[in-house]
Amino acid sequence: MHELALLIAAGIASGTPLLLAGLGLLLNERAGVVNLGAEGLMLIAAVAGFGIAFYTGQTWLALLGGALAAAVFSALLAWMVVYLNTNQYASGLALSLFGAGISAFVGAALVGKKLEIETSEKLPFLGDVPFFGPALFQQHTMVYIAVALCFGIVFFLYHTKTGRLLRGIGESPASAHALGYPVQRIRWLSLVIGGAFCGLAGAYLSVIYAPLWVEGMVAGRGWIALALTVFATWRPWRVLMGAYLFGSVTMLQLHLQAIGIEIPTQFMSMLPYVATIIVLALISRNPHWIRANMPASLGKPFHPG
Amino acid sequence: MTEASRLRLQGISKSYGSLRANDKIDFDLKPGSIHAVLGENGAGKSTLMKLIFGLLQADEGDMFFDGRRVSWQSPEQARAAGIAMVFQHFALFESLSVAENVWLGLAKTWTLPAVSEALRELGQHYGLVVDPNAMVHRLSVGERQRVEIARGLLAKPRVMILDEPTSVLAPQAARALFTMLRTLASEGCSIIYISHKLHEIRELCDECTVLRHGKVTGRVDPRQCNDEQLSALMIGNAPPPLVRASLSLSEVILKVENFTVPALDDSSEHLNDVNLSLMSGEILGIAGVSGNGQGLLLDALSGEWCDGTRRERQVKGAIRFQGQAIEAFGVKQRRRLGIMAVPAERLGRASVPELSLADNMFLLDQGNDWRIDRPRLRRAAASVIEAQSVKALGPQALASDLSGGNLQKFIMGRALQAEPQVLLVSQPTWGVDVGASAQIRQQLLAHRDAGSAILVISEELDELFQIADRIQVMYAGKLSPAIARQDASVELIGQWMGGAWSADSQSSENVLMGAAALESQSSLGA
Amino acid sequence: MIVLEKRQHPSFWMTYLSPVISIVLTFLIAYFVVSAMGKDPIKVLSLFTLEPLSGKRAIGEVMLKATPLILCSLGLAFCFRSNVWNIGAEGQFLLGAIGAGGMAMWLTEAGVAGAGWLWVSLALLLGAFAGACWAAVTAWLRDRANANEILVSLMLVYVANLLLSYLVFGPWKDPKGWNFPQTLRFADSLSIGRLGTGMRVHWGFVVALISAAAMLWLMFFTSLGARLRVGGLAPGAARFAGFSSRESLWTVLLCSGAFAGLAGAMEVLGPMGQLTPHVSTGYGFTAIIVAFIARLNPLACVLASFLLSILMIGGELAQSRVGLPASVSSMFQGVLLMMLLMVDSFINYRLCWRPGAAKGLKPNA
Repeated sequence: MHELALLIAAGIASGTPLLLAGLGLLLNERAGVVNLGAEGLMLIAAVAGFGIAFYTGQTWLALLGGALAAAVFSALLAWMVVYLNTNQYASGLALSLFGAGISAFVGAALVGKKLEIETSEKLPFLGDVPFFGPALFQQHTMVYIAVALCFGIVFFLYHTKTGRLLRGIGESPASAHALGYPVQRIRWLSLVIGGAFCGLAGAYLSVIYAPLWVEGMVAGRGWIALALTVFATWRPWRVLMGAYLFGSVTMLQLHLQAIGIEIPTQFMSMLPYVATIIVLALISRNPHWIRANMPASLGKPFHPG
Repeated sequence: MTEASRLRLQGISKSYGSLRANDKIDFDLKPGSIHAVLGENGAGKSTLMKLIFGLLQADEGDMFFDGRRVSWQSPEQARAAGIAMVFQHFALFESLSVAENVWLGLAKTWTLPAVSEALRELGQHYGLVVDPNAMVHRLSVGERQRVEIARGLLAKPRVMILDEPTSVLAPQAARALFTMLRTLASEGCSIIYISHKLHEIRELCDECTVLRHGKVTGRVDPRQCNDEQLSALMIGNAPPPLVRASLSLSEVILKVENFTVPALDDSSEHLNDVNLSLMSGEILGIAGVSGNGQGLLLDALSGEWCDGTRRERQVKGAIRFQGQAIEAFGVKQRRRLGIMAVPAERLGRASVPELSLADNMFLLDQGNDWRIDRPRLRRAAASVIEAQSVKALGPQALASDLSGGNLQKFIMGRALQAEPQVLLVSQPTWGVDVGASAQIRQQLLAHRDAGSAILVISEELDELFQIADRIQVMYAGKLSPAIARQDASVELIGQWMGGAWSADSQSSENVLMGAAALESQSSLGA
Repeated sequence: MIVLEKRQHPSFWMTYLSPVISIVLTFLIAYFVVSAMGKDPIKVLSLFTLEPLSGKRAIGEVMLKATPLILCSLGLAFCFRSNVWNIGAEGQFLLGAIGAGGMAMWLTEAGVAGAGWLWVSLALLLGAFAGACWAAVTAWLRDRANANEILVSLMLVYVANLLLSYLVFGPWKDPKGWNFPQTLRFADSLSIGRLGTGMRVHWGFVVALISAAAMLWLMFFTSLGARLRVGGLAPGAARFAGFSSRESLWTVLLCSGAFAGLAGAMEVLGPMGQLTPHVSTGYGFTAIIVAFIARLNPLACVLASFLLSILMIGGELAQSRVGLPASVSSMFQGVLLMMLLMVDSFINYRLCWRPGAAKGLKPNA
């Protein structure tokens, strides 16, 4: 039983970066912009966060720093894609390639360094509850913040005027423009804020989850987060469930070995990627369902006036 | 004594690059007046409205609202002053509810519950019934327009602008709209009514400003004018009337039997037990507001969605060409049989905008070789350009460089050059200027006279009454029985556009045979 | 204030100047970054531009590195023109390496001799086939399940990497290799012939050039190429014309996979001579940048491949001579692509000076 609780806890911790990045991408895509630069943003934030944590020893400063770094590059992508109307796919890809390069470049000096910060805390009372305690309430604060952010996004999208407007822009920027709203500014903002979320995810990985820095450590989680938004049909709660599910799949490999199933490590490491492919295939089989849920202007350029 | 104007424009000009969309326009709107702005596509009506509404700023000229000079930098400011706009292509969000949509279009001071309440009151007063909690994607086109209008009305406008409002309405719904507009005008609101439909303007409006090529060509009282006078102001000179030969039919060449394509969800098009027979030598018109299944019908007949897609599940019924079942035939197979389609979307479907006219010939003619024969494509394009008097720089001109009318002439000419036995056309003159429209309609008639079978899907009832021999109406995926043009009236078709036809009518082939017999009799006797 | 306005027609000059401007801008940024790191910028820039071209052997290296780039980018240009976003060329490259490497390993162990070029050709074909198969997975999932090809092909890159890792750490590891993750060295007869003495560049380079010419002909002079281009420009028009989107999807993906697989096979049978986890230095991703700089034109792909090959070699030189991290090359590749995209937007837009609110009139409340 305790094994199961630990598996759940590990799955939640592992799924948190997917949740954060997924929420950020959700914001972007709800506004109609597809952000293929997620992987690059997470890498940039990971190296920035680790660097700040290493030199200052401050966890929260590191997380914020990572988010900020990602937000800056997100702003650059946003300017290109929203105002210059460059191809969203190519631009995002360029950012990912760039992010991989610059994070490796800047982080070369940080490889192998160790951080001195605590990783996991136990919530008083709740943390001692049998089963649910170890399963749910012995996580780093960031995990709970991620869940709170999910609540926040739900509230924003469905219960505020700006959130509804954002959804409207994702569906028909032309209509929003005709009504007089600053479509480009809102899209730009959603990209920057969404990028900050990806940054939190990346910094969490290098500062709290691992914690270490190594080139390419995000290992495709940015791409998986993109698949996650499709899997979740662009709804925040489903992003949460999907993130924890994927996180658990990643953790499965360790526990299978513990049970005694002998599979080469590389094949176990393939699990998350193969799972992503399978899930994508299953979800996309009904093109009509996707189209009915997808923000209608996703990926398309918008020229005002 | 002349009343003070509600809205006055003086010398307003606006250019897009080298195109002068509005050229020194003077416009005068009185309080409580229903003022038409008449002009064909490209005359500058939309630009003028965008200027009035604050979406654009004029290059020259002045605007006065209630006597004070104004220059709005955004729709927000225009709205605050009391201008409401009902767009032709609705500014609505399908994934939100009616109340949420209206809320997003109003000033910041409104709350969502207040909007819902106000919508209910509006329903009582103007007869504009909408359910505030309904999701927009479930609404019909007419209902969506009501939401647009409701949004405009809630702002208690002093000026309301409507852009081609009846293009999406059946005749009866249009009458209801007019009643509402008259009520509104009587309460002191001024209305700008943009349209190119002459009979509507004469019925509804008390003033009319006519635009042509960006300039004002006339300011009249439409109630004192007839169609010819308005037409003359609008297009300069009327095109020659259409010429048609008497009806001479042969056999049924294309038959659609009990064709059913189920809907994929609430808001997608579907076809429900559709039956039609198309005979050589006739033009069959399909009337109806867009979105009732016409697009799907055209796709099914042209074969476009049979190729490599998975739509063939659950499709029932048959399509027969000269008796042979062709439902499973793809586009190229059908073209080889002589079935040619001309869809409504000119750019992106009937042509590739980034390619030249010569390259666009490739869409219909890939040759027999694995090589591309560029000279042959160029020659073919040149012959179409000449035959159709397309105003283009030559076969190497890009499709995106041509005006709407010229591109449509080219596309139509390309289809006709193949001398199809069956021609399926959708919205042949949408967005096309009057001269080109007349040419296209005349060509359709000429091919019909030569023995082709032609199916025309059109939202413009006038057009169908001009060129069709028989008319059927599409509503909610169902097709009405066919009726000969002589027996049809705008009233009747209008009712059918709401779905109210009776299933028992004579077999239309017989009706038509009878009509043809009558025509030949009368021509003999004349 | 300065406003971005859409042009009536795409600007002729910008279309051709844009890559040049982007390169210049990238060098400018490189200059400042390197200075900020305390290294001599002029020296570093010369490492990136002049050094790789100094002397016969150096030029041979440029041609050697350009070979896989040319092949991969040709396939990618083909895909991108049809609006099929195959981002997983890297994975197809690796599968090609695995296929050819596996066959070479088996042959070497079996002690096959004689008629080396025959076996080499077969191994190369096997590599191309393996790459095509890997791409076929993406094609099949997009065809049957509508799965987004960007994500699927990318996930397959990670899988391919892990597969290679498994093989060279596990069953294919050279027992006499001191436990290093690598296969045995392939027999000498199983390497692709060199083009000249003193250079490592091999016949694969010639194959790449021929392929570029073939792709040019395919894309612009055949009916198939025209169908694919229409499909990429306007899918609605392709449907209207009766072109099969399924045909184009499979054609471009299989072709692209085969090219990438061939490139991987050449890398393994050429300069490397064995399979290791480092068979690719990101060729599959660099090829994406090449394809964009080349504006998806096959001949320009060759030129752009040379450019990026020079940059890659420059990166290696900068690492060994000046002590910059190895990733400096991939960072500047990313910068180059971003610059290109930004400057490209000025093909369709231009900066204009528009005076503010009209004629000093104030709006009414």
